[in-house]
Amino acid sequence: MRAAVITFPGSNCDRDLAEGFRKAGADVTMVWHKETELPKGIDVIGIPGGFSFGDYLRCGAIAARSPICQAVVKFAQDGGYVLGICNGFQVLCETGLLPGVLMRNATLKFVCRQQVLRVETTQSAFTRGYDGSGEITIPIAHHDGNFSADADLVSRLRGEGRVAFSYVDNPNGSAGDIAGILSENRRVLGMMPHPERAVDAGQGNTDGAAMFQSLMGELQLA
Amino acid sequence: MKAKVHVMLKNGVLDPQGEAVKHALGSLGFQGVEGVRQGKVIELDLADGTSEATVKDMCEKLLANTVIESYSIELS
Repeated sequence: MRAAVITFPGSNCDRDLAEGFRKAGADVTMVWHKETELPKGIDVIGIPGGFSFGDYLRCGAIAARSPICQAVVKFAQDGGYVLGICNGFQVLCETGLLPGVLMRNATLKFVCRQQVLRVETTQSAFTRGYDGSGEITIPIAHHDGNFSADADLVSRLRGEGRVAFSYVDNPNGSAGDIAGILSENRRVLGMMPHPERAVDAGQGNTDGAAMFQSLMGELQLA
Repeated sequence: MKAKVHVMLKNGVLDPQGEAVKHALGSLGFQGVEGVRQGKVIELDLADGTSEATVKDMCEKLLANTVIESYSIELS
């Protein structure tokens, strides 16, 4: 599996995300936001957490219009796999690859803790490895993770099995307790929790490892 | 020429920051503040002759997220 991880000014989880992919056996290329093309032969793109462009204007708004993101959008539209975590989820919503918006936490407070998630579907390359898991624990760390969508969108996402993860004990006011969603073709996943911070015993939690491993399994077969 | 773009959350979109400002005003003793909505103003210095349609395009493509925000344009 060949992965590309995009780095924007203000990204701060890019190296952790690269490590998550590497631990699952992927070959990772870091890609700077000013690039206009992705490296050849990429199987999956990771958009990391952080505060791209200082969260100016809106979280993820400037990053979503950067040169590399046009290539990311095209890659996704052509059926490529994209994983956006935290700020990466915000960027994916701003590009329109995923619906909804991440707004300020309802509590107005930055929230940083281990969070219990319910795995809502295992029908995706990202979540297949959680078959039978039910609930997992993944760290969260965000100020703007309040997934906002109208009731129609929430019920459509639920109905289509596109809610990948939901919060047990909602930490930020997200509509429908939604923590992560899939695109229509189930190949783009955006989520606020940080699986890359839970891939090694040294991090005190390895519940995130199955995501990278199941991606790896899926993409090697492809 | 200048353009002033006002960006506001659409009606019905919960504005937690506006709510916090409302509560703070209440705790300062201001009575009767029934609602607060917080938005932003973006001032653009533009080449003469820039059309309103161009500014509208800027709003649609970047300045506002029309899923949750509405905008208005003032040219001067």
